[in-house]
Amino acid sequence: MTSQTALLTSPPTDQQLIDFVVSEARMIDMQRFEEWLDLFCEDGHYWMPLEWGQTDPRLTCSLMYEDRLLLKIRVERLKGNRTFSQKPKSRCHHVLQTPQVDRRDEAANLYQTWTPMHYVETRFDEQQLFAAWATHTLCVEDGRLKIKLKRVDIVNCDAAFGNIQLFM
Amino acid sequence: MPRYTGNAEAVRGLIREREVHRDVYIDEEVFQLEMDHLFANTWVYVGHDSQIPNAGDYFGTTIGSQPVLMVRHGDGAVHVLFNRCPHKGVRVTTETCGNTGKFFRCPYHAWSFKLDGSLLAIPLKKGYENTGLEESEAIKGLTPVKHVRNYRGFVFAKLNDTGLDFEEFFAGSLSSLDNMIDRSPAGRLEVAGGVLRYMHNCNWKMLVENQTDTCHPMVAHESSAGTAIDVWKNAPEGTKKPMAVEIFAPFMSSYEFFEGMGIRVWPNGHGHTGVSHSIHSDYSVIPGYFEQMSAAYGEDKAKAILDENRHNTVYFPNVMIKGPIQLLRLFKPISANKTLVESWTFRLVDAPDVLLERTLMYNRLINAPTSVVGHDDLEMYERAQEGLHVDANQWVNIQRLYSEDEKPDVTAETNGTTEWQMRNQFRAWSKFITMSM
Ligand code: FES
Ligand SMILES: [Fe+2]
Repeated sequence: MTSQTALLTSPPTDQQLIDFVVSEARMIDMQRFEEWLDLFCEDGHYWMPLEWGQTDPRLTCSLMYEDRLLLKIRVERLKGNRTFSQKPKSRCHHVLQTPQVDRRDEAANLYQTWTPMHYVETRFDEQQLFAAWATHTLCVEDGRLKIKLKRVDIVNCDAAFGNIQLFM
Repeated sequence: MPRYTGNAEAVRGLIREREVHRDVYIDEEVFQLEMDHLFANTWVYVGHDSQIPNAGDYFGTTIGSQPVLMVRHGDGAVHVLFNRCPHKGVRVTTETCGNTGKFFRCPYHAWSFKLDGSLLAIPLKKGYENTGLEESEAIKGLTPVKHVRNYRGFVFAKLNDTGLDFEEFFAGSLSSLDNMIDRSPAGRLEVAGGVLRYMHNCNWKMLVENQTDTCHPMVAHESSAGTAIDVWKNAPEGTKKPMAVEIFAPFMSSYEFFEGMGIRVWPNGHGHTGVSHSIHSDYSVIPGYFEQMSAAYGEDKAKAILDENRHNTVYFPNVMIKGPIQLLRLFKPISANKTLVESWTFRLVDAPDVLLERTLMYNRLINAPTSVVGHDDLEMYERAQEGLHVDANQWVNIQRLYSEDEKPDVTAETNGTTEWQMRNQFRAWSKFITMSM
């Protein structure tokens, strides 16, 4: 499975946007985290709000608001020899509804999709189920689609959770 | 057969000078005694008064296992009431916080109560004529918590008459709260940014002990803080050190660093790490902040306030604050093996927003259910909660840097890797839990 075989020579079609979002989730499920990191723009962010309808990631707390440096720390940590919370490792599983293309702005090179999903994370005998909406803000860089912002709104974002160790 | 209920001797026997019995962590009967006695005889944090600025504002929480409401009265005073309708027991408020107007109205049969809890009205009251309502429990309304103290915005309550008065209970430890509050040029804090709630499958005391456990960061957090340092090393030369790296990196400080920073213990189970310096000492200067502080306090006092970089202050039984970060963690006991950790953050009134931004980043990176540092710690607590069921050894060791002449209930400064503060907490535990038995 490859996310994007040929380089884009013209603005992405809706189907290409949809394929990108679907393959991004698959990459996480297959734990191909290094490749997954490369899907983010240099200034890309992964955002998981803490508040319902949150608008500000800076002066309102989030569960995650991570740039590439912080995401890289997570990905490296998952591999670490002394990462005891990953012995044994967690696994995860996405079920996506077909992504909907909400915005196409070719002039600004910005595209936005909206994807309801169920996400399962497991470790040992524990299995947790989350319901969420993923909003991808994408752009084209050097002929490839890249993530400017992946926002994950968990339906019960303000509930008291146990560990969430992978990526939704 | 109950082993501990009504048996103060057996409860005291759980705490030895240098070790504690595993039942303090895993036994549900002991947990119930903690709820009935320990959390009733001590001053427990309820909330911050900035959460209820206007008359009629309320905030619902728990003291031990008891649901309570903190409410702002018309005269500005803060009252704490048990959240239970005197009629049939219904929880009076549905939202965690909100404004109830001039009175509370129970959603079941519309009995209503003034903001101090007293009964205001009962619909169709004539049905109670000649029934002796005056002698009932119900006529008293929502039961108030008798002992409430608002200390510079921080509201504490004590359920029982037993115990110490507020000043005696906290004594010198209030200097940590003072320092956190004084860091605002206005001398005022406001709850801001939202609360992180993180469920832990372990006993609440493991979390409290961890707050002054200075021999674990470089070991347990090597995976997170150590990786952060490694990743940062590969950044291109000349890149400005990001705030996140400033926050993560000091967790990997050496044993010598932690030994040198010192621990101070106070009477009644309070204490703090970071007497001379701490992992919060070397954060970058926020432009304009010192100038605001100098204008408010004068340069010398401003400097003295900001030079105090205490690490974690434990307020016994279940609170930790970080003055230099403006953060409060509340370890709410749910059962012997379940704890809800709430991490609250504060805005320094009149200080630059960047400080709140740093506070929130710290909370997100260290205290969220999605935090890698949180994952490191919780893994250890859960393994301990499981390991303590081993019958072969039933004692938890707390004797690091113990000495025979260590006295209970004193103020002392000592080596930053001592477990004295853990012993201090258990001595206080033994004292307050048996006080009303
Ligand atoms: S239970 Fe509250 S009015 Fe009846
Ligand atoms: Fe820790």
